[in-house]
Amino acid sequence: MIAQRTGTTALRRVAANPNAVFTSTFAKAAMSQMQTRQATTQKISATEARSILDAQRLNRPVSPHLDIYDKQQTFFGGSIWQRFTGSGLSGGLYVFGAAYLAAPLLGWHLESASLVSAFGALPFAVKSGVKFLVAWPFAFHAFNGVRHLALDLGMFMKRQQIVKGGWYIWGASLVSGLYLAFFL
Amino acid sequence: MAALRSTASALLGAAAARPSLRMAAAAPSAFRGMAQLADAAQQNNTASEQANLKTFQIYRWNPDQPSEKPKMQSYTLDLNKTGPMVLDALIRIKNEIDPTLTFRRSCREGICGSCAMNINGTNTLACLCRIPNEDKADMKIYPLPHTYVVKDLVPDLTQFYKQYKSIKPYLQRDTPAPDGREYRQTKADRKKLDGLYECILCACCSTSCPSYWWNSEEYLGPAILLQSYRWLVDSRDEKTLQRQDALNNSMSLYRCHTILNCTRTCPKGLNPGQAIQSIKKQMAF
Repeated sequence: MIAQRTGTTALRRVAANPNAVFTSTFAKAAMSQMQTRQATTQKISATEARSILDAQRLNRPVSPHLDIYDKQQTFFGGSIWQRFTGSGLSGGLYVFGAAYLAAPLLGWHLESASLVSAFGALPFAVKSGVKFLVAWPFAFHAFNGVRHLALDLGMFMKRQQIVKGGWYIWGASLVSGLYLAFFL
Repeated sequence: MAALRSTASALLGAAAARPSLRMAAAAPSAFRGMAQLADAAQQNNTASEQANLKTFQIYRWNPDQPSEKPKMQSYTLDLNKTGPMVLDALIRIKNEIDPTLTFRRSCREGICGSCAMNINGTNTLACLCRIPNEDKADMKIYPLPHTYVVKDLVPDLTQFYKQYKSIKPYLQRDTPAPDGREYRQTKADRKKLDGLYECILCACCSTSCPSYWWNSEEYLGPAILLQSYRWLVDSRDEKTLQRQDALNNSMSLYRCHTILNCTRTCPKGLNPGQAIQSIKKQMAF
């Protein structure tokens, strides 16, 4: 392929500069030599072609996706975090509900009074950290939930609004998560 | 090509250069290609015209060696001798460094959709994607994400086209035109097709959608749904109810979770996310 291209380039140069006799003969010789390349093709039936295609299809790799796609879109997307935070919040509720149900049988003390006193005894940093771990998913889920309702009505669907809207949700949820954790 | 011209006389003058050319064609991965040699030489020779080197990391997989794992191969080009778009760089690599590099391309102006690929993490058309000149970081080029790879950057879009066929992308009506000549449409109705008819089915949006990655067997994906909406909203089409009925199941349409990667990636600036939302609204009310 490259050799052939050099040949064509040479011919073009010869055409542009007909005085170069030596180059011209050389180029012609080179061209005649290069153009004699035989194409080797085989005739096969449609069924044979199909079997080759099928064999090749079995081997085809799946191109990379999650690893290579823009991280901002795959890992910070509002949609997937809506699912994560929703699963976390509802999962936490189910776990606590089940534990509360089983508490009398297992002798655990999960009543509000004992939980409050146990939580109150924790140091400030741990208290705020735990509160933030609950408050941020709640805030994110609430804000992003409203955004998704708006999207379902076809609002804020322009490209720039989508990009900006995503960051606004992160900002708003972090700020209100911190507020709920530290000032409430 | 440009590099070839600049060095062509030297190459023609020395017949000894030709065997090395053959070698380059036969074993391109083992031999540094001509463009690379020429570009490097230029960097050494002319200090006044600084070479602007850029490395492209490109996904390679050869169906003739199916046991070999896909790998990334690097090619370095001098951007001063390369066109402004990624497709120009790919064509130059194929012409001058490695003829085995395989990719689809046709119109080089963003109207055929052949050169859709994943460039620096986002799906786009190589012919519409500028090579960023400022940053020196390598460009990473992959085939469209989560597709079966035919070879190198060529994805197998069989399923995509089958899905397109399944939505019957043509005008369906039983009543003849009142004037017996053509199906007329008001200007307002025609306007509804703007932003839909421009879609070139490059599959950038569908292959950017995580939902489509995991459910491409059944979920139609943004591109096909945008096309679907193009016929649903067409005032001349009379099979709207049948078309809606075909989408009315848990998979075809409702696997869209408003992730909106589709709208962010569309190289034609269309809004597949909006179109899907409009279908959902149309189905609900």
